[in-house]
Amino acid sequence: MEKTYYNSADLGKFGSISEFQPTLAAKFFDYYGEVFKEGALTEREKALIALAVAHAVQCPYCIDAYTTGSLEKGADEAQMMEAIHVAAAIKGGAALVHGVQMMNKVKEVMM
Amino acid sequence: MKSLAAQNSPFADTAFQLDVLMQPQQQGTAFPMFGQRLLDHGLLPLKPTQISILQINVGKMCNQVCKHCHVDAGPDRKEIMTRETMQLCLDALAQTDIPVVDLTGGAPEMNPYFRWFVEEISKLGRQIIVRCNLTIILANKKYHDLPEFFKQHRVQVVSSLPYFTASRTDTQRGDGVFDKSIKALQMLNAVGYGQEGSGLMLDLVYNPAGSFLPGNQKALEGEFKRRLKQGYDITFNNLFAITNLPISRYLDYLISTGNYEPYMEKLVNAFNPAAAANVMCRNTVSVGWEGSLYDCDFNQMLELPVESRAPRHIRDFHLEALTARNIVINQHCYGCTAGAGSSCGGETVS
Repeated sequence: MEKTYYNSADLGKFGSISEFQPTLAAKFFDYYGEVFKEGALTEREKALIALAVAHAVQCPYCIDAYTTGSLEKGADEAQMMEAIHVAAAIKGGAALVHGVQMMNKVKEVMM
Repeated sequence: MKSLAAQNSPFADTAFQLDVLMQPQQQGTAFPMFGQRLLDHGLLPLKPTQISILQINVGKMCNQVCKHCHVDAGPDRKEIMTRETMQLCLDALAQTDIPVVDLTGGAPEMNPYFRWFVEEISKLGRQIIVRCNLTIILANKKYHDLPEFFKQHRVQVVSSLPYFTASRTDTQRGDGVFDKSIKALQMLNAVGYGQEGSGLMLDLVYNPAGSFLPGNQKALEGEFKRRLKQGYDITFNNLFAITNLPISRYLDYLISTGNYEPYMEKLVNAFNPAAAANVMCRNTVSVGWEGSLYDCDFNQMLELPVESRAPRHIRDFHLEALTARNIVINQHCYGCTAGAGSSCGGETVS
C-alpha cells in the first residue's frame, strides 16, 4: 500500500505522546476527558461540536473518532451532516466576510 | 434474507464461530484471554450470586430476520419448545422462588403454546418478561390482541427498537419494520403500556446499528423519549442499551465488512472490572428450546452448555447445584463487560 503521512492505526496510539513528555500529556488527557463529560452541554452535543470542528481543522483522526463518537452518543445522520454544514458555513463565511476588507481596500485605492 | 443456517453459512457452525473468536489478529498478536482478565480482577472462576431470573428461549422461529441477530432466528427456523418441555420449566419454577421469568426467542409469541405457558407462569405468581419484537403484533390477525393478553397477565414487555428513525431501524431489522414497530408501540400505549400510573411496563432495547458501542443509557433514553413523543406520541418506561456481542450474524457482519478486529479491540480496551462483577450470567439461568441449560442466551447460541458437573437439562433442574456452578466463559464475553456493561436489562454499572 502507498505510504501516506496519515495512518489510521495512529489514532489508537494517541496516548503514546506521553512517552516523550508525560507531565504535559497527563494534563492534556485529564483536561480532554473532563471537557467531553456531560455538563451544561450533553455528551451528544459535544460530540457533534467535535465532529464539526474536526472538519474545520481537517483532522482525519478526529473525523474518524467523532463520527463513531456521534453515533455512539445517539446522533442521527442528519444531525451529523448539519453539524458539518455549520463548520462549512463558518469557514465559508470567514472567507467571505473578508470581502468587506477587500471592498474597503478597493474603495481606498480606486478613484 | 435467509438465516445463516438456511444459507449453509460457516457462521451457522458454532465451532467455526468459536474458532474465529480465538484466532490471532492479522498482525499476529491474539486478543487477551477473557478468563485472564477475570483472573486479574479476582473473578475467576466466575460464580453465580443468586439465581433470580429464568430466561427461557421458546424457539428460533421469528417473523423478522435482523442483520445482527445472535439467535440466527427467522421464518425458516423451525426449532421451537414443546409443551412437554414447557411443563418441565413450570415444574422447575414451582420448586423454587425464582421471581422473574424472561421469555425470549425468536418471536416467542409464534410458539403455539406461548399463551398457555404465560398463563401457567402467571398462576405461579412470577413476574413475566416477554421480549416482543413489536412487528409480530401486526404480523397476523391472531396476534392483534397481544397487547390485551399481555395486560391481562401484567407482562413486562421489552422490545427492540434500535433507533427512532426508519432508515437506521430498517437497515438492521428489515424494510418496513420501523413503521410497524411504531404502530405496535401505539397499540401497547393504547391499552396502558408505558403510561404513568398504569404499572404496565414497556421497555425498549437500543442496540447499535453498526460496529460501534452504545453510548450512555440515560442520555439515549432521554433522546428516545423526546423523539418518540414528538414524532409519534409514544411513551415508554426504560431504555436498555445493549452491546452487540460478536457471535452469529453480527460476527458474520463484522468479518465481512472488515470491522471485526477494530470492534474486538474496542471491547477489549473498554473492559470494565465493575461490569465484569455484574454480568447477567451471575443471576440468570438460560433454557434452550430443547430444555438444555446455559449460562446465558449467548452461550446457548454458541452451544456452550453449563459446566458438566451442574444439571444440564431443565428436567434435572436443581437450584443449589446451579448456584454452585462455575460459569462458562469465552472471548465473546467481552461484549458484556465493556464500558458501563451490557445485559438483557441494559447497563450493569450505574
